[in-house]
Amino acid sequence: MNSKLKNHWWKALAVVLVFYSIIYGFLGPVPHLPILHETIRNLYFHVTMWFGLMILLIVNLVYGIRYLATSKMKDDVYAEESARTAMYFGVAGLLTGMIWANYTWGAPWVNDPQLNGAAATMLAYAAYFILRNAITDEHKRARLAAVYSIFAFVMMIVFIQVLPKLTDTLHPGRGGNPGFNTYDLDSDLRKIFYPAIIGWTLLGCWIMNLRIRLRKFNTQNN
Amino acid sequence: MKKAFLVIYITLFNITNLMAQEVEMADTMRSNGKIYVVVAVLCVVFGIITAYIMSVDRRLSKLEKENKK
Repeated sequence: MNSKLKNHWWKALAVVLVFYSIIYGFLGPVPHLPILHETIRNLYFHVTMWFGLMILLIVNLVYGIRYLATSKMKDDVYAEESARTAMYFGVAGLLTGMIWANYTWGAPWVNDPQLNGAAATMLAYAAYFILRNAITDEHKRARLAAVYSIFAFVMMIVFIQVLPKLTDTLHPGRGGNPGFNTYDLDSDLRKIFYPAIIGWTLLGCWIMNLRIRLRKFNTQNN
Repeated sequence: MKKAFLVIYITLFNITNLMAQEVEMADTMRSNGKIYVVVAVLCVVFGIITAYIMSVDRRLSKLEKENKK
């Protein structure tokens, strides 16, 4: 029982935190803002997808660099599976963002640097998988993928963290949208937003963990 | 004796409730624009997803254990 607790506590934490964000995300108090109204609660679900993606891509970068240092296939498997899980978060982030944008900005896809940056990020990482599939030699594939992942990570930071901040975007806390800053500071939102990020990220880690174990099982049995 | 008392009590309680104009109900799920219903639905959805991931995890652990032997 004790070892079970030791090995699985973070999975339980993930589930508890996501449940917390679902329950209090809907029932908790939120600031009353025009245009947004109740959709501000999407902060707990849509924005957390992107934070989960970013954290998983940091994992991808770290294991990519680790592979370059160690040349162990295990690191490459970790890198690939973290990027793959991150892609699911990205797709969820894009789709939920489109729904939200449709009802607050009037269209599912507005010509906004944040949105195009997010799409470019997804394409950059799609290229990561295409690159992987194009190379048959295991170690060559791992090495090239690791080098590319460093490049893709920098692109991701530029596309979704730097460029939108330099120009006007509809997203909060950026150039054209100072009014939204009030919600960045709202403590009611933070109480649910931060746990939600941790919860979803841990859930992503759990799925990544399953995929890695499956890969390990397959390589052992082939 | 106790049972009979209980039955009488329940029927009386129900009749008075039926007669009353504003019936006291368990209204939790209907208040606040019925948002609790959405919460309940989402909890069920996420609960099932969790159960699914857990079952995959358990099956994989079992395979790993068998593989070790």
